[in-house]
Amino acid sequence: MNFEPKILGFLCNWCSYAGADLAGVSRIQYPPNIRVIRVMCSGRVDPEFIIQGFQTGIDGIIVMGCHPGDCHYLEGNYEAEMKYKMVQKFLKFINFDNRVRLEWVSASEGNRFAEIVTDFTRQIKEQGPSPVGGKSPDSMLLDKLNAILLAIGSYRMRALVGRERIITEFENVYGEKVPLEKFDDIFDTAIRDEYLRHQILISLSNDPKSVKDLAIELETDPSVILKNILVLKNRSQVNMEKIVGVTPIYTNIMEG
Amino acid sequence: MPDKISEEKKIGVFVCHCGTNIGGLVDCEKLAEYSKTLPNVKYSEHNLYTCSETGLAAIKKAVQENDLNRVVVASCTPRTHEPLFRECIEEAGLNPYLFNFVNIRDQCTWVHMKDPEAAYEKSKDLIRMGVSKAEKLEELEKIIVEVNPSAMVIGGGVSGINCALSLNNQGFKTFLVEKDKELGGRLKELYQVFPSDKQASELLNELVAKVKEAKNLTVYTSSKLKSVNGFIGNYEIEIEQRNHNVNLNVGVIVVAVGATSYKPLSLFNYNSKNIITQLELENKLRDNQIEANDIVMIQCVGSRNADREYCSSICCMTALKNALIIKKREPNRNISILFRDLYTPGTIYEEYYRKAREAGVLFIKYTPDKQPIIDKSVVKVYNQYINSEISIPFDLVVLATPLIANNDNRELAQLLKVPLEENKFFLEAHVKLRPIDFATDGVYICGSAKWPADISESTTQGLAAASRAGTILSHKTIEVEGATAYIPDWNKDLCKGCEVCIKICPYNAIVKDENNEIQIIQALCKGCGTCASTCTKKAIVIRHFTNEQIISEILAFGGEKVA
Repeated sequence: MNFEPKILGFLCNWCSYAGADLAGVSRIQYPPNIRVIRVMCSGRVDPEFIIQGFQTGIDGIIVMGCHPGDCHYLEGNYEAEMKYKMVQKFLKFINFDNRVRLEWVSASEGNRFAEIVTDFTRQIKEQGPSPVGGKSPDSMLLDKLNAILLAIGSYRMRALVGRERIITEFENVYGEKVPLEKFDDIFDTAIRDEYLRHQILISLSNDPKSVKDLAIELETDPSVILKNILVLKNRSQVNMEKIVGVTPIYTNIMEG
Repeated sequence: MPDKISEEKKIGVFVCHCGTNIGGLVDCEKLAEYSKTLPNVKYSEHNLYTCSETGLAAIKKAVQENDLNRVVVASCTPRTHEPLFRECIEEAGLNPYLFNFVNIRDQCTWVHMKDPEAAYEKSKDLIRMGVSKAEKLEELEKIIVEVNPSAMVIGGGVSGINCALSLNNQGFKTFLVEKDKELGGRLKELYQVFPSDKQASELLNELVAKVKEAKNLTVYTSSKLKSVNGFIGNYEIEIEQRNHNVNLNVGVIVVAVGATSYKPLSLFNYNSKNIITQLELENKLRDNQIEANDIVMIQCVGSRNADREYCSSICCMTALKNALIIKKREPNRNISILFRDLYTPGTIYEEYYRKAREAGVLFIKYTPDKQPIIDKSVVKVYNQYINSEISIPFDLVVLATPLIANNDNRELAQLLKVPLEENKFFLEAHVKLRPIDFATDGVYICGSAKWPADISESTTQGLAAASRAGTILSHKTIEVEGATAYIPDWNKDLCKGCEVCIKICPYNAIVKDENNEIQIIQALCKGCGTCASTCTKKAIVIRHFTNEQIISEILAFGGEKVA
């Protein structure tokens, strides 16, 4: 049987949803896989929505907003772009970055809307079914998606992505403008760190482990694991439960 | 609203055939039957046209007979029909926000005509998603704000003065704020205007006299906008006049700041002596100082090029008008106009072109790749019709330079939170549907602030802005959208005061109050929702597009989380 992907679209009310309606009025045909959630602005799309969508087994998610400069809410689409870039970086860890897309479609671009949906559907068909969907979902991958959800929802990531435009395009509170490259470095490091830390937390909430066990499970250098365990300890998220021989065993002390 | 939350959800689903638009492809009766199997759906039916009188009556009847408290209509698009159905359920006694729209026509049957089965499955999914959101909908109140029946017009040029006078005549208290010492704007610099051939000074004196007589109009010259707070109907303005500040409270704001004429430094040996701009020519005409016998006018200087792609739209007429003035005074003077394209739309403007030809003005077309060259006392220009370069002797070269955006537009745009387009002119809400409005309610735009406009265009736009402003000012109160952002009481503790929301809100709707707590000003909020998806502690909730509502839609499509 042919693979018919489940595709979710978040469309802003003013441009892309109007463009989608225009495709209808013009009877421009496109594949029937997409289901649309209307939001007032692409800026409304919380990064968590995308991860939560993938957790249900949806195969592809597309966010559409107004073209740069056209946003009905002035700058919501720029905020959407910042968040989208972050989501994509996280999804790269699990090779899901080709399952998301961000596109600008104006109210007059019915044709463009249909073309994008057609192309995205083709792209997702090429990717194949989400390993999370179906009857036997990949549980390792689910843990990773969960780590991404928690990382993306963490104060650190939200604060960073929320301030990205302020810091790089305007000035920070000290009157400095941070070059985009430098910000990207900070941002990429934060993404790597938070993803790993939440993976550690999820793993430790299953059962207490040593740094060495974690290093094997998460396929990461033990020194990196230890560094992050210490950060998590400082944040009062993990604790040393006991020492077996000379090896400390850590546990997640957060609820849930 | 705790009692509402615990209340039993009774959803009614109405599937519209839309004649054959939907019903011709998918089985609406089966969709209605399917809807009944969804959680909390107590009633469903299918109608030939749900938006017809019969359809609307069916909704009202069903709501009353079945005690429904949520209504879902699966039909066309909320962009055209949501207001109608909201009104319908309001008449049936429900809060208008307890309605949800499912688009199974524009985004389903019309675009999957070759695959009825897939369209049917998609319709089922969309209805399921719509019902799951409907279940989470909450009653909302439209926000009523009072309107201060007064206006501020920024810019005392021809559009601003006309706008202010019209507002004054409508009986609204009006403040006209001008940054120069005197009113008039660009009109002060002109000699004679087209198409009336009136003296600019005469026109200006008439306008200024009217301003002086106007009872409701106060003029602030040498004044600059310093700060703007508030929202439609209730703006608090601070202007700086010379060395003191003046506070004004107004209901609407009109931007009529005009534009600046471009100085062509480094183009065509411009020296403002014998190589001048059209504006400088106007001064010479007024003072009757033209001694030159051979005059060459060059059009499109500094416009319609890579730096400035737009056509300034007023220069062709300016050149024709000035050429005719000179010819009228001294018919023997030689005038050549070197142009790229000559725009003289309409019968009145075209008449100028015809008269200029009759008066012996020479028109020579040049192309952007072969620009005219000024060489000592001649202008060399390639003429494509005779396929060779010709030399025209000159005593005076007049350059037609474009109107460009004022260099303080950015500052003003940021104060008012309105957008600029790529050339830094102000950008209207919609080029055709809302040409005088900004996307921000209560702020309007007219004249050359938006795009180079001549006197008649500026006047028309000034009057149009006054008329648009009047639609707000004539009401004591206005309703604004109730689907706004707020921090629910149960989320108050979450907020740590990081202020990211304050910085990203494009409408200045989020502030810190005297207790250092975040407040979202309801009348300012437009409900875009960007603050909620950015809030570092997830404390902000967007009414009508809450996380729960959106996630319920995601889950209704994807199925419960696997995790």
